[in-house]
Amino acid sequence: MLTGAFAMVFFYAPLDADQGFVQKIFYVHVPMAIVALIGFVAGGICAVMYLRTRATKWDMRSYVSIHLSVILAVGVLVTGSIWARASWGQWWVWDEPMLVSFLIVFLLYATYWPLRFSLEDKEKQARYASVFAIVAGAFVPLNFAAVRMAEAYIHPQTGATVAGGLPPKMGLTFLVALIGMGLLFATLVKYEMASKHATFRLRALRRKLAGDDDDLMLSGRSAAPQL
Amino acid sequence: MRSTVATLLAKELTLEWRTRESVPAMVLFSIATYVVFHFGLDRDRVTGDLASGVLVVTLLFAAILGINRLFVAEHEQGGFDGFLLAPVDRTAMLVAKAVALFCFLCIVEVFALPAFALLLLGPPLTQALPALVLVLLLANAGIAVIGTLVAGLAIQTRARDLIVPLLALPLLVPVVLAAARSATPLLQDGGAGALPGNWMAMLAIYDLLFALIAFAVFDFLLED
Repeated sequence: MLTGAFAMVFFYAPLDADQGFVQKIFYVHVPMAIVALIGFVAGGICAVMYLRTRATKWDMRSYVSIHLSVILAVGVLVTGSIWARASWGQWWVWDEPMLVSFLIVFLLYATYWPLRFSLEDKEKQARYASVFAIVAGAFVPLNFAAVRMAEAYIHPQTGATVAGGLPPKMGLTFLVALIGMGLLFATLVKYEMASKHATFRLRALRRKLAGDDDDLMLSGRSAAPQL
Repeated sequence: MRSTVATLLAKELTLEWRTRESVPAMVLFSIATYVVFHFGLDRDRVTGDLASGVLVVTLLFAAILGINRLFVAEHEQGGFDGFLLAPVDRTAMLVAKAVALFCFLCIVEVFALPAFALLLLGPPLTQALPALVLVLLLANAGIAVIGTLVAGLAIQTRARDLIVPLLALPLLVPVVLAAARSATPLLQDGGAGALPGNWMAMLAIYDLLFALIAFAVFDFLLED
Protein backbone atom coordinates (compact mmCIF):
# COMPACT_ATOMS: atom_id res chain seq x y z
CA MET A 1 0.00 0.00 0.00
CA LEU A 2 2.73 2.41 0.95
CA THR A 3 4.68 1.45 -2.16
CA GLY A 4 1.60 2.14 -4.21
CA ALA A 5 1.27 5.46 -2.48
CA PHE A 6 4.85 6.36 -3.27
CA ALA A 7 4.36 5.34 -6.87
CA MET A 8 1.37 7.65 -7.00
CA VAL A 9 3.38 10.42 -5.37
CA PHE A 10 5.93 10.31 -8.14
CA PHE A 11 3.88 9.49 -11.21
CA TYR A 12 0.33 10.54 -10.59
CA ALA A 13 0.20 13.64 -8.44
CA PRO A 14 0.84 16.90 -10.30
CA LEU A 15 3.80 19.06 -9.40
CA ASP A 16 3.05 21.93 -7.10
CA ALA A 17 3.04 25.15 -9.09
CA ASP A 18 4.75 27.08 -6.37
CA GLN A 19 7.14 24.64 -4.73
CA GLY A 20 7.82 22.16 -7.48
CA PHE A 21 9.27 18.78 -6.75
CA VAL A 22 10.04 19.41 -3.08
CA GLN A 23 6.37 19.51 -2.32
CA LYS A 24 6.31 15.71 -2.73
CA ILE A 25 7.76 15.34 0.74
CA PHE A 26 4.33 16.45 1.89
CA TYR A 27 3.03 12.94 1.16
CA VAL A 28 5.48 11.46 3.62
CA HIS A 29 5.67 14.20 6.20
CA VAL A 30 2.01 14.90 6.83
CA PRO A 31 0.71 11.31 7.01
CA MET A 32 3.61 10.48 9.31
CA ALA A 33 2.75 13.35 11.62
CA ILE A 34 -0.94 12.47 11.67
CA VAL A 35 -0.22 8.80 12.33
CA ALA A 36 2.29 9.63 15.07
CA LEU A 37 -0.19 11.87 16.85
CA ILE A 38 -2.94 9.29 16.54
CA GLY A 39 -0.47 6.73 17.89
CA PHE A 40 0.20 8.91 20.94
CA VAL A 41 -3.50 9.28 21.63
CA ALA A 42 -4.00 5.55 21.05
CA GLY A 43 -1.26 4.91 23.59
CA GLY A 44 -3.25 7.01 26.06
CA ILE A 45 -6.42 5.07 25.35
CA CYS A 46 -4.63 1.73 25.84
CA ALA A 47 -3.31 3.11 29.11
CA VAL A 48 -6.86 3.85 30.23
CA MET A 49 -7.74 0.27 29.38
CA TYR A 50 -4.76 -0.95 31.38
CA LEU A 51 -5.81 0.98 34.46
CA ARG A 52 -9.32 -0.40 34.13
CA THR A 53 -8.47 -4.03 33.46
CA ARG A 54 -4.91 -4.36 34.84
CA ALA A 55 -4.12 -6.76 32.01
CA THR A 56 -0.49 -6.51 30.96
CA LYS A 57 -1.41 -6.73 27.29
CA TRP A 58 -2.88 -3.23 27.42
CA ASP A 59 0.28 -1.84 28.96
CA MET A 60 2.20 -3.59 26.22
CA ARG A 61 -0.02 -2.06 23.54
CA SER A 62 0.37 1.37 25.07
CA TYR A 63 4.14 0.93 25.24
CA VAL A 64 4.46 -0.30 21.68
CA SER A 65 2.30 2.40 20.18
CA ILE A 66 4.13 5.16 22.02
CA HIS A 67 7.46 3.62 21.08
CA LEU A 68 6.65 3.56 17.39
CA SER A 69 5.04 6.98 17.47
CA VAL A 70 8.21 8.46 18.91
CA ILE A 71 10.19 6.86 16.11
CA LEU A 72 7.76 8.30 13.57
CA ALA A 73 7.98 11.64 15.34
CA VAL A 74 11.72 11.73 14.71
CA GLY A 75 10.96 11.09 11.06
CA VAL A 76 8.41 13.88 11.07
CA LEU A 77 10.85 16.35 12.57
CA VAL A 78 13.52 15.42 10.05
CA THR A 79 11.31 15.48 6.96
CA GLY A 80 9.60 18.62 8.20
CA SER A 81 12.95 20.28 8.61
CA ILE A 82 13.99 19.35 5.09
CA TRP A 83 10.74 20.65 3.71
CA ALA A 84 11.04 23.85 5.71
CA ARG A 85 14.55 24.36 4.39
CA ALA A 86 13.34 23.90 0.85
CA SER A 87 10.21 25.98 0.96
CA TRP A 88 10.83 28.60 3.64
CA GLY A 89 14.62 28.71 3.38
CA GLN A 90 15.31 27.79 6.97
CA TRP A 91 15.74 24.51 8.82
CA TRP A 92 13.72 25.63 11.77
CA VAL A 93 11.17 28.40 12.09
CA TRP A 94 10.21 29.38 15.59
CA ASP A 95 7.07 31.33 14.90
CA GLU A 96 5.48 28.26 13.41
CA PRO A 97 2.97 26.67 15.80
CA MET A 98 2.95 23.26 14.12
CA LEU A 99 6.68 22.77 14.45
CA VAL A 100 6.85 24.07 17.98
CA SER A 101 3.93 22.07 19.28
CA PHE A 102 5.21 18.92 17.63
CA LEU A 103 8.62 19.45 19.19
CA ILE A 104 7.06 19.94 22.62
CA VAL A 105 5.04 16.75 22.24
CA PHE A 106 8.16 14.90 21.13
CA LEU A 107 10.16 16.18 24.11
CA LEU A 108 7.39 15.16 26.47
CA TYR A 109 7.19 11.63 25.09
CA ALA A 110 10.96 11.28 25.16
CA THR A 111 10.57 11.23 28.96
CA TYR A 112 8.56 8.03 28.76
CA TRP A 113 11.69 5.84 28.87
CA PRO A 114 13.53 7.58 31.70
CA LEU A 115 10.29 7.28 33.67
CA ARG A 116 9.93 3.57 32.96
CA PHE A 117 13.59 2.86 33.56
CA SER A 118 13.66 4.50 36.93
CA LEU A 119 10.91 2.33 38.38
CA GLU A 120 11.97 -1.11 39.52
CA ASP A 121 8.71 -2.76 40.34
CA LYS A 122 7.02 -4.00 37.16
CA GLU A 123 3.48 -3.44 38.29
CA LYS A 124 4.27 0.05 39.51
CA GLN A 125 6.14 0.75 36.31
CA ALA A 126 3.11 -0.17 34.25
CA ARG A 127 0.78 1.87 36.43
CA TYR A 128 2.90 5.01 36.42
CA ALA A 129 3.64 4.73 32.72
CA SER A 130 -0.09 4.42 32.08
CA VAL A 131 -0.84 7.54 34.08
CA PHE A 132 1.86 9.31 32.11
CA ALA A 133 0.46 8.04 28.81
CA ILE A 134 -3.02 9.28 29.69
CA VAL A 135 -1.83 12.71 30.76
CA ALA A 136 0.42 13.04 27.72
CA GLY A 137 -2.27 11.69 25.41
CA ALA A 138 -4.64 14.36 26.63
CA PHE A 139 -1.87 16.94 26.36
CA VAL A 140 -1.36 16.29 22.63
CA PRO A 141 -4.58 17.92 21.36
CA LEU A 142 -4.51 20.54 24.12
CA ASN A 143 -1.01 21.57 23.25
CA PHE A 144 -1.84 21.87 19.59
CA ALA A 145 -4.84 24.03 20.38
CA ALA A 146 -2.74 26.18 22.70
CA VAL A 147 0.26 26.73 20.48
CA ARG A 148 -1.91 27.24 17.44
CA MET A 149 -3.49 30.20 19.14
CA ALA A 150 -0.07 31.68 19.57
CA GLU A 151 0.77 32.82 16.09
CA ALA A 152 -0.61 33.57 12.73
CA TYR A 153 0.38 30.54 10.77
CA ILE A 154 1.99 30.09 7.42
CA HIS A 155 2.04 26.32 7.74
CA PRO A 156 0.09 24.57 5.01
CA GLN A 157 -3.17 23.53 6.59
CA THR A 158 -3.67 19.84 6.14
CA GLY A 159 -7.22 20.07 7.42
CA ALA A 160 -8.03 21.81 4.19
CA THR A 161 -7.62 18.53 2.29
CA VAL A 162 -10.89 17.27 3.65
CA ALA A 163 -12.67 20.40 2.56
CA GLY A 164 -11.19 20.02 -0.89
CA GLY A 165 -8.45 22.61 -0.53
CA LEU A 166 -6.12 20.44 -2.60
CA PRO A 167 -6.69 19.60 -6.20
CA PRO A 168 -8.40 16.18 -6.42
CA LYS A 169 -5.35 14.36 -7.77
CA MET A 170 -3.20 15.54 -4.89
CA GLY A 171 -5.98 14.88 -2.44
CA LEU A 172 -6.32 11.30 -3.59
CA THR A 173 -2.58 10.71 -3.44
CA PHE A 174 -2.50 12.19 0.01
CA LEU A 175 -5.31 9.95 1.19
CA VAL A 176 -3.59 6.87 -0.18
CA ALA A 177 -0.34 7.92 1.49
CA LEU A 178 -2.17 8.49 4.77
CA ILE A 179 -3.82 5.08 4.67
CA GLY A 180 -0.50 3.52 3.68
CA MET A 181 1.26 5.13 6.61
CA GLY A 182 -1.51 4.03 8.92
CA LEU A 183 -1.19 0.46 7.70
CA LEU A 184 2.58 0.63 8.10
CA PHE A 185 2.11 1.73 11.67
CA ALA A 186 -0.37 -1.04 12.40
CA THR A 187 1.96 -3.63 10.86
CA LEU A 188 4.92 -2.38 12.86
CA VAL A 189 2.85 -2.52 16.04
CA LYS A 190 1.93 -6.11 15.24
CA TYR A 191 5.55 -7.03 14.54
CA GLU A 192 6.87 -5.44 17.67
CA MET A 193 4.20 -7.13 19.78
CA ALA A 194 5.04 -10.46 18.21
CA SER A 195 8.74 -9.94 18.75
CA LYS A 196 8.22 -9.00 22.39
CA HIS A 197 6.05 -12.06 22.93
CA ALA A 198 8.68 -14.27 21.33
CA THR A 199 11.45 -12.73 23.43
CA PHE A 200 9.60 -13.38 26.65
CA ARG A 201 8.73 -16.94 25.70
CA LEU A 202 12.36 -17.55 24.81
CA ARG A 203 13.55 -16.03 28.04
CA ALA A 204 11.11 -18.11 30.05
CA LEU A 205 12.29 -21.28 28.32
CA ARG A 206 15.93 -20.41 28.85
CA ARG A 207 15.31 -19.73 32.47
CA LYS A 208 13.70 -23.13 32.78
CA LEU A 209 16.73 -24.73 31.17
CA ALA A 210 19.38 -22.80 33.06
CA GLY A 211 17.71 -22.76 36.44
CA ASP A 212 16.69 -19.60 38.18
CA ASP A 213 20.23 -18.45 39.05
CA ASP A 214 21.00 -16.96 35.68
CA ASP A 215 17.85 -14.90 35.69
CA LEU A 216 19.56 -11.55 36.06
CA MET A 217 22.29 -12.30 33.60
CA LEU A 218 19.90 -13.30 30.86
CA SER A 219 17.24 -10.71 31.26
CA GLY A 220 19.38 -7.63 30.77
CA ARG A 221 18.06 -4.15 31.21
CA SER A 222 14.75 -3.35 29.65
CA ALA A 223 11.94 -1.00 30.49
CA ALA A 224 9.47 -2.77 28.26
CA PRO A 225 6.46 -4.36 29.91
CA GLN A 226 6.93 -8.04 30.71
CA LEU A 227 4.33 -10.65 30.13
CA MET B 1 -13.87 15.49 51.52
CA ARG B 2 -13.72 19.14 52.43
CA SER B 3 -12.62 18.58 56.01
CA THR B 4 -10.01 16.06 54.85
CA VAL B 5 -8.59 18.58 52.43
CA ALA B 6 -8.60 21.26 55.10
CA THR B 7 -6.79 18.98 57.55
CA LEU B 8 -4.19 17.96 54.99
CA LEU B 9 -3.68 21.52 53.88
CA ALA B 10 -3.24 22.70 57.46
CA LYS B 11 -0.69 19.92 57.98
CA GLU B 12 1.11 20.96 54.81
CA LEU B 13 1.30 24.62 55.77
CA THR B 14 2.30 23.88 59.37
CA LEU B 15 5.05 21.62 58.12
CA GLU B 16 6.37 24.29 55.79
CA TRP B 17 6.09 26.92 58.52
CA ARG B 18 8.10 24.78 60.94
CA THR B 19 10.76 23.46 58.59
CA ARG B 20 10.89 26.42 56.18
CA GLU B 21 12.29 24.13 53.57
CA SER B 22 10.77 24.99 50.18
CA VAL B 23 9.57 28.57 50.17
CA PRO B 24 12.76 30.35 51.32
CA ALA B 25 14.75 28.29 48.86
CA MET B 26 12.37 29.22 46.07
CA VAL B 27 12.54 32.93 46.96
CA LEU B 28 16.33 32.90 47.10
CA PHE B 29 16.46 30.98 43.86
CA SER B 30 14.27 33.49 42.03
CA ILE B 31 16.27 36.46 43.26
CA ALA B 32 19.51 34.74 42.30
CA THR B 33 18.02 34.02 38.88
CA TYR B 34 17.22 37.72 38.37
CA VAL B 35 20.83 38.51 39.11
CA VAL B 36 21.92 35.85 36.64
CA PHE B 37 19.56 37.27 34.03
CA HIS B 38 21.03 40.71 34.62
CA PHE B 39 24.48 39.46 33.75
CA GLY B 40 23.34 36.99 31.14
CA LEU B 41 21.35 39.56 29.21
CA ASP B 42 23.78 42.34 30.10
CA ARG B 43 20.98 44.80 30.76
CA ASP B 44 20.11 47.05 33.65
CA ARG B 45 16.40 47.15 32.92
CA VAL B 46 14.01 45.02 30.94
CA THR B 47 10.61 45.92 29.51
CA GLY B 48 7.74 44.44 27.56
CA ASP B 49 8.06 40.89 26.29
CA LEU B 50 11.58 40.43 27.65
CA ALA B 51 10.43 41.45 31.12
CA SER B 52 7.44 39.13 31.10
CA GLY B 53 9.58 36.29 29.78
CA VAL B 54 12.21 36.73 32.48
CA LEU B 55 9.56 36.97 35.17
CA VAL B 56 7.57 33.92 34.10
CA VAL B 57 10.56 31.69 33.38
CA THR B 58 12.15 32.54 36.71
CA LEU B 59 8.96 31.73 38.56
CA LEU B 60 8.64 28.50 36.58
CA PHE B 61 12.13 27.35 37.58
CA ALA B 62 11.50 28.32 41.17
CA ALA B 63 8.29 26.31 41.01
CA ILE B 64 10.23 23.28 39.76
CA LEU B 65 12.25 23.41 42.98
CA GLY B 66 9.05 23.34 45.00
CA ILE B 67 7.59 20.56 42.88
CA ASN B 68 10.68 18.47 43.51
CA ARG B 69 10.21 18.78 47.26
CA LEU B 70 6.45 18.40 47.28
CA PHE B 71 6.08 14.74 48.21
CA VAL B 72 9.52 14.11 49.67
CA ALA B 73 8.39 14.22 53.29
CA GLU B 74 5.58 11.73 52.63
CA HIS B 75 7.93 9.46 50.74
CA GLU B 76 10.70 9.45 53.31
CA GLN B 77 8.62 9.32 56.46
CA GLY B 78 6.01 6.85 55.28
CA GLY B 79 3.23 9.41 55.13
CA PHE B 80 1.77 7.70 52.08
CA ASP B 81 1.03 4.53 54.04
CA GLY B 82 -0.59 6.50 56.81
CA PHE B 83 -2.71 8.37 54.33
CA LEU B 84 -3.75 5.22 52.50
CA LEU B 85 -4.76 3.55 55.76
CA ALA B 86 -7.02 6.46 56.62
CA PRO B 87 -10.58 6.03 55.38
CA VAL B 88 -10.58 9.13 53.20
CA ASP B 89 -10.82 9.91 49.53
CA ARG B 90 -7.40 9.76 47.90
CA THR B 91 -8.09 12.72 45.68
CA ALA B 92 -8.08 14.84 48.84
CA MET B 93 -4.30 14.46 48.78
CA LEU B 94 -4.15 15.92 45.28
CA VAL B 95 -6.36 18.86 46.17
CA ALA B 96 -4.50 19.60 49.40
CA LYS B 97 -1.08 19.35 47.78
CA ALA B 98 -2.10 21.48 44.83
CA VAL B 99 -3.57 24.17 47.08
CA ALA B 100 -0.43 24.07 49.24
CA LEU B 101 1.79 24.45 46.19
CA PHE B 102 -0.43 27.29 45.00
CA CYS B 103 0.03 29.04 48.38
CA PHE B 104 3.79 28.50 48.25
CA LEU B 105 3.96 30.05 44.80
CA CYS B 106 1.90 33.03 45.91
CA ILE B 107 4.18 33.59 48.90
CA VAL B 108 7.23 33.30 46.67
CA GLU B 109 5.77 35.89 44.33
CA VAL B 110 5.07 38.28 47.19
CA PHE B 111 8.84 38.42 47.64
CA ALA B 112 9.97 37.82 44.08
CA LEU B 113 7.84 40.49 42.38
CA PRO B 114 9.21 43.44 44.38
CA ALA B 115 12.69 42.07 43.88
CA PHE B 116 12.04 41.87 40.16
CA ALA B 117 10.68 45.43 40.07
CA LEU B 118 13.68 46.62 42.05
CA LEU B 119 16.41 44.78 40.19
CA LEU B 120 15.34 44.50 36.59
CA LEU B 121 11.99 45.96 35.64
CA GLY B 122 12.08 49.22 33.71
CA PRO B 123 8.60 50.74 34.01
CA PRO B 124 7.11 51.11 37.50
CA LEU B 125 5.21 48.09 38.71
CA THR B 126 2.39 49.88 40.52
CA GLN B 127 -0.02 50.55 37.69
CA ALA B 128 0.33 47.06 36.19
CA LEU B 129 0.02 45.32 39.53
CA PRO B 130 -3.69 44.37 39.72
CA ALA B 131 -3.75 42.83 36.26
CA LEU B 132 -0.37 41.19 36.76
CA VAL B 133 -1.60 39.60 39.99
CA LEU B 134 -4.51 38.13 38.07
CA VAL B 135 -2.20 36.67 35.42
CA LEU B 136 0.13 35.22 38.03
CA LEU B 137 -2.73 33.70 40.00
CA LEU B 138 -3.94 31.86 36.91
CA ALA B 139 -0.40 30.76 36.07
CA ASN B 140 0.09 29.59 39.66
CA ALA B 141 -3.06 27.51 39.46
CA GLY B 142 -1.78 25.79 36.32
CA ILE B 143 1.68 25.22 37.75
CA ALA B 144 0.20 23.90 40.99
CA VAL B 145 -2.08 21.37 39.29
CA ILE B 146 0.48 20.09 36.80
CA GLY B 147 3.24 20.26 39.38
CA THR B 148 1.33 18.11 41.84
CA LEU B 149 0.55 15.57 39.16
CA VAL B 150 4.17 15.42 38.00
CA ALA B 151 5.48 15.27 41.55
CA GLY B 152 3.14 12.37 42.28
CA LEU B 153 4.28 10.64 39.13
CA ALA B 154 7.96 11.09 39.87
CA ILE B 155 8.14 10.51 43.61
CA GLN B 156 8.50 6.74 43.43
CA THR B 157 11.13 6.80 40.72
CA ARG B 158 14.83 6.57 41.37
CA ALA B 159 15.80 9.56 39.26
CA ARG B 160 13.21 11.87 40.77
CA ASP B 161 15.11 15.13 40.37
CA LEU B 162 15.62 14.30 36.73
CA ILE B 163 12.12 13.21 35.87
CA VAL B 164 10.34 16.20 37.39
CA PRO B 165 11.79 18.91 35.14
CA LEU B 166 11.75 16.64 32.10
CA LEU B 167 8.04 16.04 32.54
CA ALA B 168 7.01 19.40 33.90
CA LEU B 169 8.68 21.68 31.37
CA PRO B 170 6.90 20.41 28.23
CA LEU B 171 3.60 20.16 30.09
CA LEU B 172 3.95 23.72 31.32
CA VAL B 173 4.89 25.25 27.97
CA PRO B 174 1.31 26.40 27.25
CA VAL B 175 1.10 27.96 30.71
CA VAL B 176 4.39 29.82 30.22
CA LEU B 177 3.34 30.91 26.75
CA ALA B 178 -0.03 32.23 27.84
CA ALA B 179 1.26 33.85 31.02
CA ALA B 180 4.16 35.55 29.26
CA ARG B 181 1.95 36.80 26.46
CA SER B 182 -0.65 38.08 28.90
CA ALA B 183 1.95 39.91 30.95
CA THR B 184 3.75 41.49 28.01
CA PRO B 185 1.50 44.54 27.52
CA LEU B 186 1.41 45.10 31.28
CA LEU B 187 5.15 45.58 31.54
CA GLN B 188 5.65 47.86 28.58
CA ASP B 189 7.39 51.19 28.71
CA GLY B 190 5.06 54.14 28.87
CA GLY B 191 2.10 52.71 30.69
CA ALA B 192 0.45 49.34 30.97
CA GLY B 193 -1.55 48.18 27.98
CA ALA B 194 -4.81 46.32 28.11
CA LEU B 195 -4.90 42.74 29.31
CA PRO B 196 -5.17 40.37 26.34
CA GLY B 197 -8.39 38.49 26.96
CA ASN B 198 -7.81 35.52 24.69
CA TRP B 199 -4.56 34.57 26.40
CA MET B 200 -6.15 34.82 29.80
CA ALA B 201 -9.03 32.66 28.62
CA MET B 202 -6.60 30.10 27.27
CA LEU B 203 -4.70 30.02 30.55
CA ALA B 204 -7.93 29.51 32.48
CA ILE B 205 -9.14 26.75 30.16
CA TYR B 206 -5.81 24.97 30.32
CA ASP B 207 -5.85 25.13 34.12
CA LEU B 208 -9.36 23.76 34.22
CA LEU B 209 -8.71 20.90 31.80
CA PHE B 210 -5.58 19.78 33.58
CA ALA B 211 -7.35 19.97 36.91
CA LEU B 212 -9.91 17.53 35.51
CA ILE B 213 -7.24 15.20 34.11
CA ALA B 214 -5.31 15.25 37.37
CA PHE B 215 -8.50 14.58 39.29
CA ALA B 216 -9.19 11.56 37.10
CA VAL B 217 -5.78 9.87 37.22
CA PHE B 218 -4.35 10.80 40.60
CA ASP B 219 -5.96 7.84 42.37
CA PHE B 220 -3.70 5.44 40.51
CA LEU B 221 -0.53 7.10 41.74
CA LEU B 222 -1.32 6.31 45.33
CA GLU B 223 -1.91 2.57 45.27
CA ASP B 224 0.28 0.17 47.28
